[in-house]
Amino acid sequence: MTDSNKRTPLYDSHISAGARMVPFGGWDMPVQYSGIISEVESVRTKVGIFDVSHMGRVYISGPSATEFLDLMLTGSASELRIGRARYCMICNQDGGVIDDTIFYKLEEQNYLLIPNAGNRDAVVGWFNKWNDEKFGNACNISDTTLDTGLLAVQGPDAVSLIDELFTLGDGVQPSSLRVFSFGEGTWKTGTSKGKSVFMGRTGYTGEDGFEVVVDKAMLTDAWDQLVNGGAVPAGLGARDVLRLEAGLPLHGHEIDEDTTPIEAGLNRFVKQSGGFIGSEVLHNQIEQGIEKKLIGLQLMGRSAPRVGYSISLEGEEIGHVTSGSYSPTLDKSIAMGYVLERYSKIGQRLQIDIRGRMTDTEVVGLPFYSRPRRS
Amino acid sequence: MISDDCKYTQEHEWVKVESTEANEVLVGITDYAQDQLGDIVYLELPQTGSVVKQLDKMGEIESVKAVSDLFSPISGNVIESNPDLNDHPELVNEDPFGKGWLIRVTMTSANELDGLMTASEYQSYIEGL
Repeated sequence: MTDSNKRTPLYDSHISAGARMVPFGGWDMPVQYSGIISEVESVRTKVGIFDVSHMGRVYISGPSATEFLDLMLTGSASELRIGRARYCMICNQDGGVIDDTIFYKLEEQNYLLIPNAGNRDAVVGWFNKWNDEKFGNACNISDTTLDTGLLAVQGPDAVSLIDELFTLGDGVQPSSLRVFSFGEGTWKTGTSKGKSVFMGRTGYTGEDGFEVVVDKAMLTDAWDQLVNGGAVPAGLGARDVLRLEAGLPLHGHEIDEDTTPIEAGLNRFVKQSGGFIGSEVLHNQIEQGIEKKLIGLQLMGRSAPRVGYSISLEGEEIGHVTSGSYSPTLDKSIAMGYVLERYSKIGQRLQIDIRGRMTDTEVVGLPFYSRPRRS
Repeated sequence: MISDDCKYTQEHEWVKVESTEANEVLVGITDYAQDQLGDIVYLELPQTGSVVKQLDKMGEIESVKAVSDLFSPISGNVIESNPDLNDHPELVNEDPFGKGWLIRVTMTSANELDGLMTASEYQSYIEGL
């Protein structure tokens, strides 16, 4: 831990819940509490809670906000309806990914963006540059990350727990919000009773659930109420396993400024109409093909490939691993990585060099895990 | 938690003499080590009949988040690797000084034990980490 790392308002709550803290993206964050495997299981079978206050809360508003975001994001702001959210990428002029983000359309010209902790300054700097150069600073870009907290409540029991604690007003329950919709929730009980929060039916675990933006002053009460209601504290270690099982990319691993959304297989989050920064490169790749492609790999044993390990075919190196872990949900090891496009088909047999052991693996479809659909 | 009847390495392995006449010992990792690693999911251990050398790498241990090398606290011949760890690597987390032992070894030289830390020395060592 270094003195320069920021702490979320829940730091003391994490310590008393038995967390082991690690530096991540400029913050001291809980990597685990009871243990990664049991935390993953809680999220897959019941409900877990993550403090993700290190992630950014950046508001974009002003008369040109929609036009501005249509230029900055791979996903359309103008076509998004108020009350809905979308996942997309922010690309540089070469189509490389500066960050991936969920953005929420609050009003016609008012948006909330959630950049990754380690990329928040880069995203805000990139936005400021284009706002200045192209929009005469007509957009108001407001980074409120340090004024609020962000909690992710995830798992099959997450929505019923949220329904117990919040109302959307007039007896409307948060569960009436569809996936990738959001609303203003009001606390039903506790010291925060009557106060409101922002809640979106989004997440990064492959489970149903909500992400809730809470004022700093209410954050400890929010955490306590959710934990007392049955949400099991889960750390960054479990979060990384959960997102990998769900086939979700992590910036700095599967995507970065040297990889494009097309290479990462994220085509469905790239608008076909173009007109955003990097769109020419991406559309060329869609038409002409790509050299490397992100794949999922499954192994027979429990020994896991780790980031950087070499992927080969008959002794010839054809790619590398970007993330890998033992998957508690599948009880086998899984990985994602880049290989030459011609070896990326499902069923392709490959080898991974696990610290000198050439281990057989097979390309499988992503995600590795999909939650069972409930009626 | 530390076991008084073991000697310890700086790499957090323990060795316990099972039979003085036969120079037979058990080897494992400490409670401190398993706690630092977190949930253990896989072990690569030396096979029966192989030779280990004091403080040389003898295998690997993987948790969900990390992989670490295992070092042998003594030199000798491996008589047995713990057969239960294949299916239940979590035994190392649950009972590191008992059911989670790693290998059984016939020591080449019992004198090597003198160079290892006692329980109280190891206790001071981990308190300083």
